[in-house]
Amino acid sequence: MAPELRFVLCGSVDDGKSTLIGRILSDCGQVFSDQMERVEEDSRRYGTRGGAADLALLVDGLRDEREQGITIDVAYRAFETPRRRFIAADAPGHEQYTRNMATGASTADLAVVLVDARKGILPQTARHTRIASMFGVRDVVLAVNKMDAAGWNREAFEAIVGAYRRLTDDAGLPEALAIPVSALSGDNVTRRSEAAPWYAGPTLLSHLETVDIRPTEADRPFRMPVQYVNRPGPDFRGYCGRVAAGAVSPGDRVLVMPSGVETRVESIVAWRGERERAERGDSVTLTLAPGVDVSRGDVVCDAENPLEVADRFRARILWMGDEPMGAGRRCLLKMHSREVGATVTRIRHGVDVSDGSARAAARLERNDLAVVDLATDRPVPFAPFDRCRGLGGFILIDRATGATVGAGTISFAPARAANLEWQEFDVTRDVRAELKRQRARCLWLTGLPASGKTTIANLLERRLVAAGRHTYVLDGDNVRHGLNRDLGFTATDRFENIRRVAEVARLMVDAGLIAIVSFISPFRSERRFARGLFEPGDFSEIFVDAPVEVCARRDPKGLYAKAARGEIRNFTGVDSPYELPARPDLRLDTEALSAEECVDLVMERLG
Amino acid sequence: MKQADPWLSSLESEAVEIVREGVAAAARPVMLYSAGKDSSVLLHLARKAFWPAPPPMPLLHVDTGWKFRDMIALRDRVAAEAGVELVVHTNREGLRAGITPFTHDSERYTEVMKTVALRQALDAGRHDAVFVGARRDEEKSRAKERVFSVRDRSHRWDPRAQRPELWNVYNTRLRAGESLRVSPLSNWTEADVWRYVAAERIPVAPLYLAAERPVVNRGGRWIMVDDERMPLRPGEAPQLRRVRFRTLGCYPLTAAVESDAETIDGVVAETLAAGRSEREGRLIDHDGEASMERKKREGYF
Repeated sequence: MAPELRFVLCGSVDDGKSTLIGRILSDCGQVFSDQMERVEEDSRRYGTRGGAADLALLVDGLRDEREQGITIDVAYRAFETPRRRFIAADAPGHEQYTRNMATGASTADLAVVLVDARKGILPQTARHTRIASMFGVRDVVLAVNKMDAAGWNREAFEAIVGAYRRLTDDAGLPEALAIPVSALSGDNVTRRSEAAPWYAGPTLLSHLETVDIRPTEADRPFRMPVQYVNRPGPDFRGYCGRVAAGAVSPGDRVLVMPSGVETRVESIVAWRGERERAERGDSVTLTLAPGVDVSRGDVVCDAENPLEVADRFRARILWMGDEPMGAGRRCLLKMHSREVGATVTRIRHGVDVSDGSARAAARLERNDLAVVDLATDRPVPFAPFDRCRGLGGFILIDRATGATVGAGTISFAPARAANLEWQEFDVTRDVRAELKRQRARCLWLTGLPASGKTTIANLLERRLVAAGRHTYVLDGDNVRHGLNRDLGFTATDRFENIRRVAEVARLMVDAGLIAIVSFISPFRSERRFARGLFEPGDFSEIFVDAPVEVCARRDPKGLYAKAARGEIRNFTGVDSPYELPARPDLRLDTEALSAEECVDLVMERLG
Repeated sequence: MKQADPWLSSLESEAVEIVREGVAAAARPVMLYSAGKDSSVLLHLARKAFWPAPPPMPLLHVDTGWKFRDMIALRDRVAAEAGVELVVHTNREGLRAGITPFTHDSERYTEVMKTVALRQALDAGRHDAVFVGARRDEEKSRAKERVFSVRDRSHRWDPRAQRPELWNVYNTRLRAGESLRVSPLSNWTEADVWRYVAAERIPVAPLYLAAERPVVNRGGRWIMVDDERMPLRPGEAPQLRRVRFRTLGCYPLTAAVESDAETIDGVVAETLAAGRSEREGRLIDHDGEASMERKKREGYF
């Protein structure tokens, strides 16, 4: 049995996680009296127990948390009993802080999942169980809490246990030991409850003290990612790292991945001496037989069991970025000590957190789980995460902000990845748009002549370009002189004019651009036709609204005057109708608003 | 040699991994070194991490001018033995302004002589990774902090915008002006530190061990009269008591506890049996509720 246990407390908000850890710490004599005095003081101020000590305040360490009575970020508490040492991670229950919960789960061997006996399994219970499993938790304890408030009702307990079993089954976890507890009173947490004689199992603490979870990496072939090359002078070259799997001794034959060069371990350098053996979990410095080139991010592995190397992967990810992500998203991928450029080439499907089922997903919002394909710009030595945590877990980093926007686990490398084939890479509209860090769409400005479309379109384009977007304005001037030079002003030609412009806009959206169309497009049928060419949501009809009298007064090109004199025929607003948009996506009242203000409105809608 | 205690071995390997990762990623790493027990353990771990080379980063000591004499002596000796550069920085403007723990309240004094001084030193050295000996068990806002914790260009911590930190895959990317506070001892407890000091025979300041020392009792706390600069209040006379320190800061702001622990093993035993936290000896932690979190938001390490 390992001398220590790292566990994470998870479950939905208000299920009593912070209270439970506070209870364990307090009952184990791990709370200093000055800390308890502080808790009592805080309880009078923020507590939910009518002034009695609220143990959750022992771990809710941030001011915002105490004021709001919630857990925002994961808190770590190390404590020990005579039998074992522990590091507990108290994870937040709110969905918006899922990424902090994942942080807590990733270093835990075991998850204690809390459920409120009166509420049963909630969506967050399922989400946390699934995330705990995904990020490497190997065992689960189900603590059915607030049993005192539920009258220690055995049927209620067993119903929850039955429902939870289905969850662990499809999350790929072993069956959870279930314990009826009261974190508030400590029943079955640190001492046996007399209120539930029907429960014959251990208390939560005694189970945590004795549960045996052996990392499977210990028995696997040797692997050590190189973190740092120690080269103080010409006489010494050491490769520093932490053994991720297996064990190593001087004389062992090893390969350096990704190059695959074979060499031999000369020595394991230790503080003021040498070691005969290093095993999983040890931080060491190896020296290798001369003549090999090893850098940070390489992995030294057992020569008989070479590590896989690939540049394309199938992976499960949890998206953590504030901005949604679509296929084509570029970022940095960091796995062990290797940092490479990476692209999400395809979102294969989203994963429903409540039942684990696959569902279609074109984009991932924050806290979404999904199965994706990734391509890296350099090869990465790896192992599937379920075989080796240290060589199969990665984070995704935004290049511009440095933020951690995702985390994932490698499932496998598709077979053809080894020979660098890129045909499978689907270059789609989303891929092209993501490269430009934008959402491709068509903004269709319709309105009477001289209503202000061109002014607004040009101003809008300037603003979008200033914000780093990629755009193009299509209007009568740049289309009539080339693409549509052959068209006149008959009804047929005018429709053909619109058709071509709409098709070109569609191609531009497909190329990942924001296409701004500035066309009178007076007929509803034309605008409906244009809309039909686009995916729902990609087309916005923007009505540039000004009464005809106002437009005629503006008349910058003198066209209304000409039409009124009969010099132009079929002029919209004079002798040809303008069909008002019935339900435009946005209406810009150019009489009341300046062009700048109109553009503000459009920008606001684009987000 | 490998640690005999498997738990210490695991903590040591984790800390060494963190130190190496921080150094590998940083352009200008630095280690804060106060000659306290946590600093001493951190320096020892850095020496192990890069052995046979010396740690490839300087030590930085923010000297308020009010450190215990014992600690200054240990600091100079240990830095020389480790073969690392020692940078000592004092906020000169603060000195000139006559800011001392006796003339100003502890909050103001800490702000000027520690927080501002630290910012000055880090800016001057353009350090992008700063190793500190902070432990999560010290204080509950520290229990919330990441191992690699990002500070903005004014060295402020934003607890609501912490990066997720998965496994041992640490995100070391920074924007211009940002820096990292790296805490290799995050998962250590006070008892772990003492067990490790004992197991590795790490030299620590004698102040950590019980001896008869001249002290005065102020508000129920034993304050040591370390030199003649300490103004005595009317009717106050130093008395000799068997005391030791659980934590060492600036001497007028750090209280001793009565103790008979004359050896490190004795300290370990006392730590395990302790009823009160070590931070209680730090007077600055009591400057109002959430004081540590606030200091860190302002750039205290």
